[in-house]
Amino acid sequence: MSELITKSACELAGLIESKEISSVEATEAFFDRSESLNHLTLSYLHLNRESALAAAQAADSDLAAGKRHSALHGVPIAVKDNLTTTDAPTTAGSKILEGWVPQYDSTVVKRIRAAGLPILGKTNMDEFAMGSSTEYSAYGPSRNPWDLDRIPGGSGGGSSSAVSGHLAPLAVGSDTGGSIRFPAAVTGSVGAKPTYGAVSRYGLIALASSLDQVGPVTNTVLDAALLQDVIAGYDPHDSTSLPDSLGSMAEAVKTAQFKGLKVGVVKQLSSDGFQAGVKKCFDDTIAKLTAEGVEVVEVDCPSFEYSVAAYYLILPAEASSNLARFDSVRFGLRVAPEGNPTIERVMAATREAGFGPEVKRRIILGTYALSSGYYDAYYGSAQKVRTLIQQDLEKAFSQVDVLLTPTAPTTAFKIGEKVNDPLAMYLNDIATIPANLAGIPGMSVPNGLAEEDGLPSGVQILAPAREDARMYQVASLIEALYVAQWGAPLIAQAPGLEANRG
Amino acid sequence: MSEITPDLVRHLASLSRILVTDDEVEKLAGELGVIVDSVATVNKAVSGDVVPTSHPIPMSNVFREDEVAPSLTQEQALSGAADSAEGRFKVAAILDED
Amino acid sequence: MAKEPLMDFEEAIERFEVVIGLEVHVELNTKSKMFCGCANVFGNEPNTNVCPICLGLPGALPAVNKKAVESSIAIGLALGCEIAPNGRFARKNYFYPDLAKNFQTSQYDEPIAFEGKLDVEISDGQVFEVLIERAHMEEDAGKLTHVGGATGRIQGAEYSLVDFNRAGVPLVEIVTKPVFGAGANAPELAGAYVRNIRDIVKAMDVSDAKMERGNVRCDANVSLRPKGQEKLGTRTETKNVNSIRSVENAVRYEIQRQAHILAGGGSITQETRHWHEDRGYTSAGRPKSDADDYRYFPEPDLVPVQPANSWIEEIRESLPENPQQRRKRLGNDWGFSELEFRDVVNGDLLDLVEATVAAGTTPQAARKWWTGELSRQANAMELSTSELAIAPDQVATIQKLIDAGDLTDRMAREVVAGVIAGEGTPEQVIEKRGLKVVTDEGALIAAIDEALKQQPDVLEKIREGKVQAAGAVIGAVMKAMGGQVDAARVRELILERAGS
Repeated sequence: MSELITKSACELAGLIESKEISSVEATEAFFDRSESLNHLTLSYLHLNRESALAAAQAADSDLAAGKRHSALHGVPIAVKDNLTTTDAPTTAGSKILEGWVPQYDSTVVKRIRAAGLPILGKTNMDEFAMGSSTEYSAYGPSRNPWDLDRIPGGSGGGSSSAVSGHLAPLAVGSDTGGSIRFPAAVTGSVGAKPTYGAVSRYGLIALASSLDQVGPVTNTVLDAALLQDVIAGYDPHDSTSLPDSLGSMAEAVKTAQFKGLKVGVVKQLSSDGFQAGVKKCFDDTIAKLTAEGVEVVEVDCPSFEYSVAAYYLILPAEASSNLARFDSVRFGLRVAPEGNPTIERVMAATREAGFGPEVKRRIILGTYALSSGYYDAYYGSAQKVRTLIQQDLEKAFSQVDVLLTPTAPTTAFKIGEKVNDPLAMYLNDIATIPANLAGIPGMSVPNGLAEEDGLPSGVQILAPAREDARMYQVASLIEALYVAQWGAPLIAQAPGLEANRG
Repeated sequence: MSEITPDLVRHLASLSRILVTDDEVEKLAGELGVIVDSVATVNKAVSGDVVPTSHPIPMSNVFREDEVAPSLTQEQALSGAADSAEGRFKVAAILDED
Repeated sequence: MAKEPLMDFEEAIERFEVVIGLEVHVELNTKSKMFCGCANVFGNEPNTNVCPICLGLPGALPAVNKKAVESSIAIGLALGCEIAPNGRFARKNYFYPDLAKNFQTSQYDEPIAFEGKLDVEISDGQVFEVLIERAHMEEDAGKLTHVGGATGRIQGAEYSLVDFNRAGVPLVEIVTKPVFGAGANAPELAGAYVRNIRDIVKAMDVSDAKMERGNVRCDANVSLRPKGQEKLGTRTETKNVNSIRSVENAVRYEIQRQAHILAGGGSITQETRHWHEDRGYTSAGRPKSDADDYRYFPEPDLVPVQPANSWIEEIRESLPENPQQRRKRLGNDWGFSELEFRDVVNGDLLDLVEATVAAGTTPQAARKWWTGELSRQANAMELSTSELAIAPDQVATIQKLIDAGDLTDRMAREVVAGVIAGEGTPEQVIEKRGLKVVTDEGALIAAIDEALKQQPDVLEKIREGKVQAAGAVIGAVMKAMGGQVDAARVRELILERAGS
C-alpha cells in the first residue's frame, strides 16, 4: 500500500502545502489504487481521471503562485452520485439517469472546486438514496472493505467504502435518514449530517426535500470538520439555506474539552433492539466519558417511538413528488412501448423500466400518503410527529449539551440478508432518523469492533440545531479517547483490500 | 387488515405514471399493506392541537430580487433530451383534452 | 364535434337561475420568472429563456421573486382582499409534458390574498358586487405545439413539441365566489368583470394585460338550477377564454346548452370544456375524475411568506386609482357627451387625453386630437395610439399655437405629421417647414387687392348682403399665400374693404 493513501486528508493537505508532494501525485495515487481495486468494492460508478488531474494541476500551479484556496487545497475527494457535476455523469444510482451529464454544477461541487479539491469520481448509492445498503443501486451493490460479503451501509455506501477502503481520502454524502451516518458506522469511518440548511441542497438530486442534507464522510473527525468548512455556507439558490454562518468546525475542534460537558443517553435508543456487541461498544463509550468526569444522564424522548413511522410517510410523500420530473421529456431514459403510444404511455413505460422496485414502492406509498382523504391521517399526522420530536429534543437539550446513541442497531449485515424485507431494512435508521425529522446535526464516530463479529460500530452524537461546532467538539473528544487506546484511528485495523485482489 | 387493495395499487400507480403488471400489483399490494399498517401508528402519536412541522428550521420571507440571470443556450437546454425538433422537446402525441 | 342543440337564451333565463364563477389568470410583467432568473419575455426563440430551475432538472431548487410577491399583494389589495399573514406555496401534482417538474408550484389552503370584492358596472348602469374568494400565486406552464393532424389540435397530432420559455412565468389566479342573480346579464357581467380585472392590473402596471397574448386568461364556470331550488346545479368549466367578447359568448353558449339538456330531463356532466372562438361553441374536454387528485402538500423547498404590515401598507399606498372610479371621475370632469366619452374609453385614450388636458388644453380639444387626427395617423401606421411618437404635452403645445392664431388647423396637422415622422419638437418642425401664419398684413392686403382686381364684382355683392361671395376671394388669397394665412383674418379684411 502506498503510504500516501492511508494518510488523513489533513495530513495530505499539509504535505501538499509544504510541497513535499504535489496534488497531482496525491490524486494519481488514489486513481492508481481505485482503478485496480474499485471492482472489489464498487465504490465508484464513474472515475474522472482526466478532469481530476487537470484540477490537481491547477491546484499545484495556484499553490506555486501562492494561492491556497482552502485548508484542504489539493486533496482529492469523491462525490456521491446524486450531486450534479458538469464533467461527469450523474445518475443517483438509477437507470433512469444513465449517462446524463448535467448542465450545471451543484453548489457543493462548485465550492469543492473553488476550494482546490480535485474530484476523483462519483460514488455508488442506493437508487435515489432510497436504501441502507446500496443493494438498491441499479449498478450493483458496493461492498464493505472490512468484509466484502457485507454491505457498506447506505445509501452512501459508495462514499463510505471509498473512504474506509482508501480509494479516496474524503467524500461527500447526503443524509436523509442516516445515509451518511449509518454507512460511516458500519465501515469504521466518520460521517456527519450538518444542521438542515447548513449546506446547500442546490444540485443535490432531491429525495425528501425537508430531510435531505449534504455532509462529509472521512476517516477522522478533523477531516470531517475541515470538509464541512469547505462545503457549508449560505446559498441564495437554496431558499432553506441558513443565512447565518455556523463558524469554523475545524477551529471548534481545536478547543474541545471535557470540562463541564454533560451528555444525555436517550432512553428509547439505548436498550432494546441493539446487537449485543454494538450495545457493549456504546456502554464502553459512556464508561470512557464518565471516567473523564463527563456527567451522563438519561433523557426521555417518548416521541422517538414514532419517528420511523413518520419518516416513512414524509419521505415517500416528498419523494413521490420530487421524482415526478423523471418523465423522459427533458433528460434521462425514454422507453416507448410498441405501436403508436401516447406520451402518457411513454412516461409510464419509462418510469416502469427506469425505476427499481424500492423506488416504485416508495413513490406509490408516497402517492397514497398524499391522496385526498388520506392526507390528514398520514402526511398530516407525520408532520405533527415532527413537532413532537422537536419538543422532546428541546426538552432534552435543556438538560444536556449533546445526546449520544449507538449509530446503528447492528454492524454491517450480509449482502442479500434484508434486501427482500423492506420493513427490516427501514429499521436500520431507527437511531439516525430523529435528527433528520428535527433538522438537528448528527455525527457518527467509530467506537470499536463488536465482539461477536469483529465489525465496526459507531456512536452517534446529536446536538441542537446550529450547534454543529459542539457536535464536532464532542466527536473529537470521543475519537481522541479511542485513538489513545488503539494508537491510531479504528480504520488502521481494517484488513487491506489488496488481500482480496483477484 | 390493510386497505391496500390491488385496485388501489393500480390507481396509485396510474396517478404516479408507473406501468405495473398484474403480478406486480399483487406483490405491491402485499408489501405496501405491511408498510402502511406499520406507519399508520403515527395516528396514535398525535392527539389534540399539534402544529405540523413542514420545515425543520423555521424560516420565512426568503426572496430573490427581480433580476435577470443568464439562461442556458437552446443547445444546452436540449442536450439531455431523448428527442427534439425545431428547438423544442419532442414528445409523443397527447391522448386527452380537446 | 360541432354545436350542440341550444335553448333560446331568453327562454333559458326565464326557466333557470344562472350561477357563474370566474377564474382569471394574470401573467405578471416582472423582469424575471417566478422562481428563477430567466427573463420573463414573450416571443423569443424556443427554449432560450430556460435554466435548470424552470426546466425542472434534477437537483434544481426554486427561489421566490420578491417583485412577484409584491405584485400579488398589490392585486389582492386592489380587489379589496385581506392579505394572509402566513401564506405558503404548495405543490399541485399532476403529469403533463408542458409541466417541467410534473407539479405546479402554486398555493393551496394558504393563498396570499382572500375575501375581497369588486363592483362591476355593466352597460345599462347596473352595478354587481362580485365577491372574490382568493387570489393566489403560481407559475405558468410551458407551451405545447401539436404537429401533424389536420387542424394543429391535439386530436390527430402525430407528436407534440414543448417550449419551456413560458414555464415559470409568474401568475396570479383570481377566483370569484359563485355569482348569483345576474340572470340575463350574466354573460355581459362575466365579460365586464374580466375587463375590470384587465384594466386594474394594467393601471397598476403589474401585467402587460394583453389578452391576445394570454397575459389575462379566463376560465368560466357556469351552472344552472331551476328557479327556487337551493342546491347548486352541476357546473362546467370552460377553459382559457382569451378575449372579453369570448367570455360573454362562452357563458351565453353554456347557459343555452345546459338549459337545453336540463329541460330535456338530462343531466350536466361535470367537466372542463374548450371554447372554439372561430365557430362560437364549447366542446367537452376531460371529465372531472379521480385523476384530479392533485395531492397538494406544502412546498418543502420554499419557506412561508409572512408579509409585514408595513410592507402591505407601503404597497397599498402605491396603488393607483381604481380604473372604473377614475373613468367616472374623468367623465364628470370633462363633460363629454356619452358617445364622445365612449370613444375615448374604447380607444384606450383616457391616459393620453388626461395628460393633454393636464398640459393645458381644453378637454374637448384634447379629445378631438386623440380620437381624430392622431387615431387616424396611428391606424395608418398600424400602431396603437400610445405608440405614436408624439407626447401629450407636444399636442398641447400645438393646440395652444392654434388658439393663438399662429397655426391654422391644416398647418397644425402638418406639424403633427412632422413630429411623428421624427423631425423634432413642434417648434423645430414649424421652423424647418416654415409653417407660420403670415402676420405681415402688407403682403396679405396686397394679395387681397390683387384677388379683388381679378373678381371686381365681389365687393358689390358683399355690399348687397351676399357675404358668401367672399369665399371665392378667400380661396384665391389662400392659394396665393401658400396657405400660410389665417382664413378668418382674410375674410375680416375683405369685409372691411367692402364696408369702406
